[in-house]
Amino acid sequence: MDIHEYQAKELLANFGVNVPLGALAYSPEQAAYRARELGGEKWVVKAQVHAGGRGQAGGVKICQSDTEIQAASEQMFGRKLVTHQTGPEGRGVYRVYVETLVQIEKEFYLGFVLDRVSQRIMIVASSAGGMEVEDIAAEEPGTIVRATVEPAVGLRDFQCRQIAFKLGIDASMVQQVVRIMLGCYRAFTELDATMVEINPLVVTSDHSILALDAKMTFDDNALFRHPQISELRDKSQEDVLESRASDRGLRYVAMKGNIGCIVNGAGLALATMDAISQAGGQAANFLDIGGGATADRVAKAVRLVLSDQNVQTVLVNVFAGINRCDWVAEGVVSALHEAATDVPVIVRLAGNNLEEGQMVLAKSGLPIIRASNLKEAAERAVSAWRNDAAFRALPVLPT
Amino acid sequence: MSILIDEDTRVIVQGITGKMARYHTRLMLDYGTQLVGGVVPGKGGEQVEGLPVFDTVEEAVARTGATASVIFVPPPFAADSMMEAADAGITYCTCITEGIPAQDMIRVKRYMYRYPRARRMVLTGPNCAGTISPGKAILGIMPERIYKTGEVGMVSRSGTLGYEAAAQMAAFDIGVSTSVGIGGDPINGSSFRDILELFEADDETRLVVLIGEMGGPQEEEAAVFIKDHMTKPVVAYVAGLRAPTGRQMGHAGAIISAFSESAEEKVEILAAAGVHVISSASEIGSGVKDVLQFHSADQS
Repeated sequence: MDIHEYQAKELLANFGVNVPLGALAYSPEQAAYRARELGGEKWVVKAQVHAGGRGQAGGVKICQSDTEIQAASEQMFGRKLVTHQTGPEGRGVYRVYVETLVQIEKEFYLGFVLDRVSQRIMIVASSAGGMEVEDIAAEEPGTIVRATVEPAVGLRDFQCRQIAFKLGIDASMVQQVVRIMLGCYRAFTELDATMVEINPLVVTSDHSILALDAKMTFDDNALFRHPQISELRDKSQEDVLESRASDRGLRYVAMKGNIGCIVNGAGLALATMDAISQAGGQAANFLDIGGGATADRVAKAVRLVLSDQNVQTVLVNVFAGINRCDWVAEGVVSALHEAATDVPVIVRLAGNNLEEGQMVLAKSGLPIIRASNLKEAAERAVSAWRNDAAFRALPVLPT
Repeated sequence: MSILIDEDTRVIVQGITGKMARYHTRLMLDYGTQLVGGVVPGKGGEQVEGLPVFDTVEEAVARTGATASVIFVPPPFAADSMMEAADAGITYCTCITEGIPAQDMIRVKRYMYRYPRARRMVLTGPNCAGTISPGKAILGIMPERIYKTGEVGMVSRSGTLGYEAAAQMAAFDIGVSTSVGIGGDPINGSSFRDILELFEADDETRLVVLIGEMGGPQEEEAAVFIKDHMTKPVVAYVAGLRAPTGRQMGHAGAIISAFSESAEEKVEILAAAGVHVISSASEIGSGVKDVLQFHSADQS
């Protein structure tokens, strides 16, 4: 789960990470008012969206007066901010964060991630701050410093000092950096984050060190023990269908094509998308209904996929191990009866209770097209989507 | 032989009183697996499907001589259960549970390293379908009928895609020595490489099928091992050729976050290591058949 910059800063500040003075606003008037509250002469207005690259997209503006703050905020509110991380549809701006402007002397990158090679938490730092980490890796790889954390003892001071000195931080400020690193690490472990990124971490003209931007991502599997983090979820930043899917226990990712997919298991779902593409079509989505999917959950999945305007054909591909083909078939049938759609539906079932599942489909009276294996399923789905001769020649539900 | 489990392996079920665990305990027993008991704290003395339930793994091991465990414990408690198994002297454990926090898994892996290699537990999963040595034993939730006995070792991140592959192979009458699910999580007990090493040393495995997917470094690590250490042929399929970068696709581990983690790059890396890469998910069975035939012809 992602959160906003201002939320990450608030959390990190509680762990001893210094951040600039700032305040949140829900309207342009409020932004101007809050800037006055903060005091100072120059401010930065930052659009709060779950994506990086806001600066280039016009989501960060330096202002010197009330009227400038109000004008800059008006430009942002209600707009879809399109950055290189959002895709062409962009993310809506409904909150802005106003900060007092900081005089920057030097910028660094500081990140904490789950490293899958060492299977431990890794710190990644660089003296080339302000750029995206991918760009640093491509353009300034020599500046990157890494260290992994031994889980039994946690991050050690000496590791932080080592990194700080390698970054070329002045000895007088190393202790400040150590405190920030330890604070980030504690936030990472205590809140079950999967990523903490401070970019840039800056040295100011008065020699203090501040997190100028902050990003945190959390482990969805650990949210059960962090209700205060779950509260920070902002559905306005999620794709509508993806958000609806996750509320129904379905794992869904919207894609560009027109063939809606309903599959059990992530790997098989990916393979189904690949098979559709090899047959000449394109999947409208990734959708994993999970292991023990009941008829009810399958029905929800079918309704969700049908609610996508781009979907012109539906392909259900289920290999029942822990669940049963007849439950899946019942779910498909009940959702289709209710939806009364004319979108062609292809169903491929395999595994437990296959015969019972086929019976449910056969008795439904619905024009469901069956397929006996993955290849046939993908080919028939593409054929149906094209409405070609091969599709029109297909027997509908041979019994 | 087979790897990890066979008809003599004595197995306990952790979390045996749960609904799903009970159901699969019945199926595992019916298959002939030597299940000898279960563990649920506070439910010691009860029985499930005729098996004794113990309060601790330590007691279960002492009383039954179990050496392997299959875990169905809910996610908040699963990490603790894995550590308990490692501490009690269980030598092989597969964790079916899905949804375990990643940092819990970091602690589990660190904990296992407290023990010298000779008595260190081998863990597969979590978030996997389990392990089956067809005709001998099953620890997990796969539809066991689709696995024929045979000489092909299988290792897969995904459960259902593993079934798909096994079913395609069965259609060509190709059987399996052992099939191991390593799970879809970013931090997991065993990697492809760990399991490949076991298959390489197993007399009854002639060929290994590796089912990978986008995201993570473990296919690349496998490729290095295959190139340097494997004498047996390896056939691979990598799912996710059409998946976008930076998006998590169902499995927490299925996200492309670094170079060499896309399915396309993995396919290239594996092919360069001499792996027979199958490009289509519906041709895994026929691909394995071709490679088997080629290698039999080679040997005769």
